[in-house]
Amino acid sequence: MEKTNAEIQKNWNLESLEDGRMVLNVGPSHPAMHGIVRVLLTVQGERVMDSDVEIGYLHRGFEKTCENVTYNQCVPYTDRLNYVSPFINNVGYALAVEKLMGIETPARCQYIRVIMSELSRLTDHLTCIGANAMELAAFTVYFYLINAREELYRLTDAVAGGRVTPAYTRVGGLTRDLPADFRQMTAEVFKKVRKNLSDADKLLTRNRIFYDRLHNIGNISKEDAISLSFTGPALRSTGVPLDLRKASPYLVYDRFDFDIPVGSNGDNYDRYLVRMEEMKQSMRIVEQALAQLPDGPINHPDFNVILPPKEEVSGNIEALMAHFKLTIEGVKPPKGEVYQAVEAGNGELGFYIVSDGTGHPWRLRVRPPCFSLTGGLSQMIKGGYIADIVSTFGQINMIGGELER
Amino acid sequence: MTSYLLETFKAKFPDDVLETHAFRGDETVLLRKEALLKAAAFLKDNLGFDFLMDLTAADYLPREPRFELVCHFYSSKHNYRLRLKCPVAAADARVDSLTPLWAGANWFEREAFDMYGIKFDGHPDLRRILLYDGFEGHPLRKDYPLKKRQPRIPHRE
Repeated sequence: MEKTNAEIQKNWNLESLEDGRMVLNVGPSHPAMHGIVRVLLTVQGERVMDSDVEIGYLHRGFEKTCENVTYNQCVPYTDRLNYVSPFINNVGYALAVEKLMGIETPARCQYIRVIMSELSRLTDHLTCIGANAMELAAFTVYFYLINAREELYRLTDAVAGGRVTPAYTRVGGLTRDLPADFRQMTAEVFKKVRKNLSDADKLLTRNRIFYDRLHNIGNISKEDAISLSFTGPALRSTGVPLDLRKASPYLVYDRFDFDIPVGSNGDNYDRYLVRMEEMKQSMRIVEQALAQLPDGPINHPDFNVILPPKEEVSGNIEALMAHFKLTIEGVKPPKGEVYQAVEAGNGELGFYIVSDGTGHPWRLRVRPPCFSLTGGLSQMIKGGYIADIVSTFGQINMIGGELER
Repeated sequence: MTSYLLETFKAKFPDDVLETHAFRGDETVLLRKEALLKAAAFLKDNLGFDFLMDLTAADYLPREPRFELVCHFYSSKHNYRLRLKCPVAAADARVDSLTPLWAGANWFEREAFDMYGIKFDGHPDLRRILLYDGFEGHPLRKDYPLKKRQPRIPHRE
């Protein structure tokens, strides 16, 4: 079949390819790429000369949808942004609306949100490293890590009633409290996660093949990473110690003792090491939070913010009215705009909300962390081998749900 | 409420700053779109705002000027955030691109173009990013119906 110029992406044309370069299409559906993304490569032999990353296959109009539903109805949609760490999205969204309303949730709620966010960070990193190892042929490690993730999913399922789509937060609180034996369950799960992590660590970290596939691959300099708006492990691997949990602590992160691992090379191996260490730090945070966990209510006391308890609704006219108004019209933040960012598994997850004073957001924008990271993919794979795209792409940890919303 | 940052901005660009405010601790500068590029360069070079965290737009139909370009900057040195907004009229929906200052602006601007139809002068590769070529309209505009259907695109051999 003869190809015309119009069918090839505008960065290329047949005339410029006569020096032996070739256009190679990877994706949109490719066994070594998790998520659906198309990378159009110009290669010379095995070397990537230029590339064009094409996204949008999972675009479902999240922002448009949210403009047409009430604030609390947006919560289940936020689950589906980053579906391997749904709690962080829930928490980030709830914090943004609460900032808009100028309210703060009770201490117990804040601790539970921290605990669930850190459990989500664990599942996120476990998936990332597990899938990355699998794509580089370390299939055993995948099972070790995914088994650990499964234990965590069961734990969060016991709390929120959902493995992947928990919709756990509400504006001003949570859907339910922790189960009674949560401390003991967490201790048991962490024992297993630690064991699987140390097994994976022994299999991967000093493994010659794995090291060679990651070390000095997908390098990015500190300046380039900042210019490309990188955040999260990808930025920290270049040596910039920026973590929102430390830089501008939200919730109660300032009460815990934890470290921010940073790399020095900005390559895939450093990103792998940063993620491995962050998982240990996350478990430290959860254990400290469980030790400090205060008793008390989990929801904001104001009935105009969150649904009153059922017994109040049945026996008290104010609660009944509040229940009706919240269900029909939704929470009504004052006019204004806020930007609230939280540290998600991949970096800064920001919510920009504009309120016009009604029950629906006028504008809800999500700043997904992996949007910038995927935008920088071209630069990271340039000059490398085709086979190394797999390891770089895996360490970018592109999540279609939040990338394309 | 006055802040050092907002006052500096007003003093530096007295003719371009339309309004400043701080709501819930988020400091915001509203300025003329012609001044966006030089204001952003001033932020980057003189005030230490090294990150362009987000760039997006919002549609305020039926108000005129209809669109607003919204940029969020972050300074890792001072751990400080600033929001810069520019009103953009529908009749002349063009803004200077920030790609000469931040490479990361490339995809953010492509998305704003895709969703709102705002054009960015000086952008190296302005085309749709989340939607496909041949998509009609810009979905995040307020006059784009929620349930609008798109025409079928012709089969390509």
